[in-house]
Amino acid sequence: MSDAVLRTQGLSRRFGGLMAASNVAIELQRGKLHALLGPNGAGKTTLINLLSGELRASSGSISYKGDDITRCSADRRSRIGIGRSYQKTNIFPAFTAFENCRLAAQSRTPRVLHIFADAIGYQPVCDAARRALEAAGLDGRAGQIASALSHGEQRQLEIAMVLATAPDVLLLDEPLAGMGAEEVGRMVALLQKLTPGHAILLVEHDMDAVFAVADVITVMVDGQVLESGPPAQIRSSAAVRQAYLGDGVDA
Amino acid sequence: MSRKRISFAVALALLALFPFAGATFYTELVTKVMILAIFAMSLDLLVGYTGLVSFGHAAFFGIGAYTLGLVAPKYDAANLWLTLPAAMLAAGLAALVVGIFVVRAKGIYFIMVTLAFAQMFYFVFHDTKFGGGSDGISMNFKPVASIGGFTPFDLASATHLYYFVFAAMLLVFVFLRVLLRSAFGRALQGIRSNEHRMRSLGFPVYLYKLASFTLAGALAGLAGYLSAMQFGFVNPEIISWHESGNVLLMLILGGLGSLYGGVIGAFAFVALQELYQSVTTHWQLLLGATIILLVMFLPGGLASIGGLFKRTLVGDADDE
Repeated sequence: MSDAVLRTQGLSRRFGGLMAASNVAIELQRGKLHALLGPNGAGKTTLINLLSGELRASSGSISYKGDDITRCSADRRSRIGIGRSYQKTNIFPAFTAFENCRLAAQSRTPRVLHIFADAIGYQPVCDAARRALEAAGLDGRAGQIASALSHGEQRQLEIAMVLATAPDVLLLDEPLAGMGAEEVGRMVALLQKLTPGHAILLVEHDMDAVFAVADVITVMVDGQVLESGPPAQIRSSAAVRQAYLGDGVDA
Repeated sequence: MSRKRISFAVALALLALFPFAGATFYTELVTKVMILAIFAMSLDLLVGYTGLVSFGHAAFFGIGAYTLGLVAPKYDAANLWLTLPAAMLAAGLAALVVGIFVVRAKGIYFIMVTLAFAQMFYFVFHDTKFGGGSDGISMNFKPVASIGGFTPFDLASATHLYYFVFAAMLLVFVFLRVLLRSAFGRALQGIRSNEHRMRSLGFPVYLYKLASFTLAGALAGLAGYLSAMQFGFVNPEIISWHESGNVLLMLILGGLGSLYGGVIGAFAFVALQELYQSVTTHWQLLLGATIILLVMFLPGGLASIGGLFKRTLVGDADDE
């Protein structure tokens, strides 16, 4: 299994008496989109926070490209190639869309000592920002103040910022939430385009989208992995049906 | 934008010509205000651009001032070109050490720990003989600006000192302005806007904050040094929390996050102080009331007056 980019073993997180994530083993591979399903409170966002370093694991381990990163800080994980987006839009509201992405790209080449050079004049970072905006379908909105963008556009910006950091692993927390049908279509196409070059973990409630793009699906319930496998297996799983999808669903 | 530029040029010209207007008293007063403006700009880097509300910034002003007091020979003049960098270095170093501890704290806790550290410095200077105790240190000579026997200007002259401080203020303004457009400066503003996201984008936020805190400390040290030079005297009161509060008030009065807001604030603060002092001994009551009214009706500070009429057109571009 040498092609696993990110892998967890026995990963757990306890909040007081609640096991928000319990003994989770999950594996992300390059070129594969791994979707994470589960009802609210199943521990999906907790798992993403554990992987991105915003939460520390109570026990278990996370390895990235063979290195143990269980104790790495969030900013370090980002720098080594683990990028994440947020379920609740988490941008720089007063900056332009371009500056949001430019800052994100700047994190790869910080140039902290170039204090007399206007950062806008450094083309490699600006180009990376422009490419990210374009990939997320925001190229026409670069000069717009982020807080003045529509909700859907802010969701696109959220993704563009992650892309601007050129990550190897993408942890996407409900990227389609609050998007219109047209935007969802574009985002699904983007996910399909990104999959070959990345290892992606996608938390999403939009079933049609998930089954359209996922290579592997893991279903979580109460902080635990209920079942994991290819979409066809999940679709026909009686356990999943009972615990999550409900009886009336014919996905 | 062009109107902003014009008012800027007019202000500069007025300041440049001011010493010709006459009375030495006012030349000295404006010199004092420009020193405070440097102090306020250095705090703006923290409060207005990095989002760190320091309530102990006077500590670094004081360390800059005390550096001159401590290294100046008793019967001779100190050399400006040696003691000025030494003061900034000492203040910057102190800020680095304090910063290592405080920069981890957030919000109200950051305010309280910076206050606590500043009070520690206050009592070190107040209660030990190290800096002359509560009497402080008097300096008999102003530093000389001689470079190998050549002395380009004489700091003992009120006019020369005025222009030296004026130049220092402009230099600090331009330096910060350039810095804030650099990659480092933009990252600081990102931290102020959304620290959590900055971290998740891969920025070592702690180190950025520490660098900002250190730099702001060094610039406050410059202001302190200039102040000690102007008055030929340092005592622990310049480190007291009143001074940290005053500079914060200047910034709030003038407007956060614009640099020139700090300059406007310093002028407004001292002008109001002088005005009210000439009217009543209870001037602090009036000053307090003025600040409350200003914060209520002009939350962006005096620097925002010009933009007040434009705001409706621009929308909420600078809201967060």
